[in-house]
Amino acid sequence: MSEAQTLFKVTIDNITVEVPAGTSILNAARKIGGEVTPPAMCYYSKLQGSGGKCRTCLVEVAAGSTADPRPMPKLVASCRTNVMDGMIVKSITSEKVLDARKGVVEFLLINHPLDCPICDQAGECHLQDLSYEHGAESTRYEFQRRTFPKHDIGPYIQLHMTRCILCYRCVYVADQLTNKREHGILDRGDHSEIATYIHKALDNDFIGNVIDVCPVGALTDRTFRFKNRVWFLKPVEAHRDCGKCCGRVTLWYRGDEVFRVTARKDEWGEVEDTPDGKPGWICNVCRFEKKETKDWVIEGVRHVNRHSVISAGHYNTLEVPKETIQDVMHGRNPKLLMDIHEVSDVNKPEIHLSEIPGPAHSDNFDNNKPA
Amino acid sequence: MQALTNRGKEVERKPMSFWESLYLPGIFKGMAITFSHLFKKKPTIHYPEQKREFSPVFRGLHVLNRDEEGRENCTACGLCAVACPAEAITMEGAERMPGEENLYREEKYAAKYEINMLRCIFCGLCEEACPKDAIYLSETFAPSDFNRKGFIYKKEDLLIPDKNTDPEGYAKARGSKK
Repeated sequence: MSEAQTLFKVTIDNITVEVPAGTSILNAARKIGGEVTPPAMCYYSKLQGSGGKCRTCLVEVAAGSTADPRPMPKLVASCRTNVMDGMIVKSITSEKVLDARKGVVEFLLINHPLDCPICDQAGECHLQDLSYEHGAESTRYEFQRRTFPKHDIGPYIQLHMTRCILCYRCVYVADQLTNKREHGILDRGDHSEIATYIHKALDNDFIGNVIDVCPVGALTDRTFRFKNRVWFLKPVEAHRDCGKCCGRVTLWYRGDEVFRVTARKDEWGEVEDTPDGKPGWICNVCRFEKKETKDWVIEGVRHVNRHSVISAGHYNTLEVPKETIQDVMHGRNPKLLMDIHEVSDVNKPEIHLSEIPGPAHSDNFDNNKPA
Repeated sequence: MQALTNRGKEVERKPMSFWESLYLPGIFKGMAITFSHLFKKKPTIHYPEQKREFSPVFRGLHVLNRDEEGRENCTACGLCAVACPAEAITMEGAERMPGEENLYREEKYAAKYEINMLRCIFCGLCEEACPKDAIYLSETFAPSDFNRKGFIYKKEDLLIPDKNTDPEGYAKARGSKK
């Protein structure tokens, strides 16, 4: 169709970009990139039908199009509004938008427990970034926050319903990636919650991807639970031959141990495309069961945005620094040398946290203690 | 070269006069200064018997705090460790099991927590970073030791005594800080 080739000129925050007809404002802004791009908590470009729920991507349309240059009366959700030729959009240049985002963050945080110190998502949480950039410093909410009875949704995935912002991304993953949807949203309004019907275990091969799409810490990796903070781990790109998925992952190392396996995420926090243009979803086997270096072909250190706390470790090479003591001492060994592992209880070489299936408990450390 | 202060004096390279080469006047002048100090107020104190008051911003050895019920505050969130400029803090987290609710305040706790006092520079950034009021720098000096092993402080060394079971130890560890 000729319509697919028509390019629309759209101006976002005084930057003009040409996009094909039918592109949403959000995707046009993502083409420009940087601060102009509205944040998105529920929209996920790889999931059909996502978006339109969280309202964080609200923008002001100052002129609808060249044909009809009237401004739109209200702020619009940029993930669900398509561009028109000659449209002028204001994102961060609009007072109204920034104020609306602040309001949206406040609403999203009303029932959010803010238990970031114990949440495994902290450091890579979109809600954390969003509230840090756009939110208020403190809460005005004085009432009891929403709580839920705990649901056990299987050995691999941990559900924290209190942290959920109801973005529906995980429901779309279950719908579109797996052949059988077993979890969805129960109840309505303030009571609605993500759950599996009659506590059914989610045993689809691709269900682990709900962890990657979850913008908050509501769905986290149980095999990684409480093992370490993401910013102490070293992200390394690796791949393996997998019959079910693309096998292209990020391994998260602590020393020589693989603590966690995730899909590779792009700058918008979405799963990266594989070279053949398909989204790089990974299967449960890759994610949960291959936690040894020998299972993988290492490609190199994953580049992390320097504004992310994950880059605090400054890992940019895989090489281990050379031991220089012998050189400095002309081949002699020092008379007194304290090996930190002899004294320290943390990161004991003989305790392999990555081999414990779930979170570590007090007995893990006792049983593994050398006599 | 430009002088850094205006207190510099040119070095005199004249040969000493007879009076100066006797040295005695110079010695007596020095002794007089020393003697006059006997009658001045002593700036020193007899340390172990007498102790100075700590400054309210004094930063000594760390303590790990407990809440009102004696449960550990620390949740092993790692913010102290990431804030630490000397990379002195390490920890390992664990999940609280049923029955341990009286030991740890939250679902997650620090199973291991260590501060390498050889590395620590007592800057207090850990205290500032802590979201759980768990780590404080107390009014205790870092003691000396004969070997390095004694400077790896483990959780048992850092944890403040329980207020309810050991009030004396708690008061001692807490010091006079508000």
